Amino acid sequence: MTDISCSGVRYDYAGGVRALDGVDLEIAAGSRVAIVGQNGSGKTTLVRHFNGLLRATEGRVLVGNLDTSTTRIARLAALVGLAFQDPDRQIFSGSAEAEVAFGARNVGLRGAELEASVSEALASVGLDGERKTNPYDLGYSRRKLLSIASVLAMRTPIVVLDEPTTGQDARGVRTIQSIVERLADEGRTVIAISHDMRFVSASFSRIVVMRSGRTILDGTAADVLEEPRWPVLRSTNLEPTYAAVVGARLGLGATPTDSAVVDALVARSTGVG
Amino acid sequence: MLRLEGVSYRYAGAPRESLREIDLDLADGEVVGVVGASESGKTTLALVAAGLAPRAIGGALDGHVLIDGEDVGDQPMHEMATRVGICFQNPHTQLSQVADTVFEEVAFGPLNLGIERLAVARRVAQALDALGIGSLAERDPRRLSGGQIQLVAVGGLLAMEPRHLVLDEPTAQLDPEGKRLVSDALLSLAARGTAMMICEHDTDLLARLCSSIVVLDAGRIVLAGPTTEVLADPKLEEFGVQPPAPVALQRAFEEAGLRVTLPA
Repeated sequence: MTDISCSGVRYDYAGGVRALDGVDLEIAAGSRVAIVGQNGSGKTTLVRHFNGLLRATEGRVLVGNLDTSTTRIARLAALVGLAFQDPDRQIFSGSAEAEVAFGARNVGLRGAELEASVSEALASVGLDGERKTNPYDLGYSRRKLLSIASVLAMRTPIVVLDEPTTGQDARGVRTIQSIVERLADEGRTVIAISHDMRFVSASFSRIVVMRSGRTILDGTAADVLEEPRWPVLRSTNLEPTYAAVVGARLGLGATPTDSAVVDALVARSTGVG
Repeated sequence: MLRLEGVSYRYAGAPRESLREIDLDLADGEVVGVVGASESGKTTLALVAAGLAPRAIGGALDGHVLIDGEDVGDQPMHEMATRVGICFQNPHTQLSQVADTVFEEVAFGPLNLGIERLAVARRVAQALDALGIGSLAERDPRRLSGGQIQLVAVGGLLAMEPRHLVLDEPTAQLDPEGKRLVSDALLSLAARGTAMMICEHDTDLLARLCSSIVVLDAGRIVLAGPTTEVLADPKLEEFGVQPPAPVALQRAFEEAGLRVTLPA
């Protein structure tokens, strides 16, 4: 099993900006983890350590039993797929299918297996009808889905999505939610960075909150969105979901999602729970 | 006042039009929200309203774009740019790539408008302050986080103090506090008379910012009206738009057969 383990991770960008300031974090294989926190709190910097794009200035990041500071990126890339926040920093091929095949081929998929992986990945983001399309003829939101498909096609045990719902319409958000479900069902680890608390509360079993290069909260959506934690969330520029606020006002306890509010109200009105 | 009259637009080489017969008014001081599914025409509408389509990217435009009643179809891009500001969807696209500090980056636009240096310095300081990024002034804009770059891009526009401003998902990468700062800054610009159009998926943000909303579907305006009416319209989801959180929760109550009055 491929767990991720960060201990005392510190990272300083050239020029002295400290982006990570002692992160300790264990992510078990097969879990669904959202990383949230204010802009500049170190979320993207942290996940770039998971596939060796960045190497810790101090501390250690292990993926399975591999120390990412001494393991070649090519080896880590087969374990950790990372879809960038900005798809345009990732996309360079002349067609959607070539773009999606690139990473998959690099991690060793060939022939029918490669073809199946590319088809499946394109279908999962709803781009199977655009195989020959130049990525730059797709709008931003579909380029973003394409960059996610490229990572899915690599069939890595760990998938990291940096702000996947940015720029997506209601359907795009549902597509991403179903991708997260499916990856989790397959036993793969899904890690997402997001500011969208509605999305993370509905789709992730664990939420890690960051501020100034450190983790400051870590728990289920119900734990993190409980009223006593709101000041901590606000200290890193986040807001509880509307459902959580309504649940607290109605005295329902921690209700991070709309369905949690409904369930709690039904339970109260029927005297159950 | 920016007005689109019967505007249709087709990208060069495209088989069909991306915008069809759009009529839209942006009155001075008014903030109009534009929503719709991906590929419904929001970004194209932003490019047309700002004059980049067809001037900079080609294609064919039918209909008229008017500023204060004057048809600006013949105006060159450098003149349009002084009258309408645009905030691109991808903030990396917005950076000048020639500035080494955030301060210089935000100053780039107003300096190019020929504004006197002391006034530019004052505007830049105000913009950085309004967006809560004063502490980034000396940082290299190319080495900021995604959300910080987005704030810098918006800062550059605020410092230009445009009469008309078109924004394409200006807060997509921002945390809630960043969204609040951008909304406040935009509202204060609108209060000074700037006409604004903002394309967004975040309907909670639009609920706070806009007096009216138009919904695009396949390049046409299919729904338009006052913000609260449009955002509560049951057809919104059919058009690929996620309703604001209070509307979604109210609907979840109705589906469960619950009658709940939401606390204010």
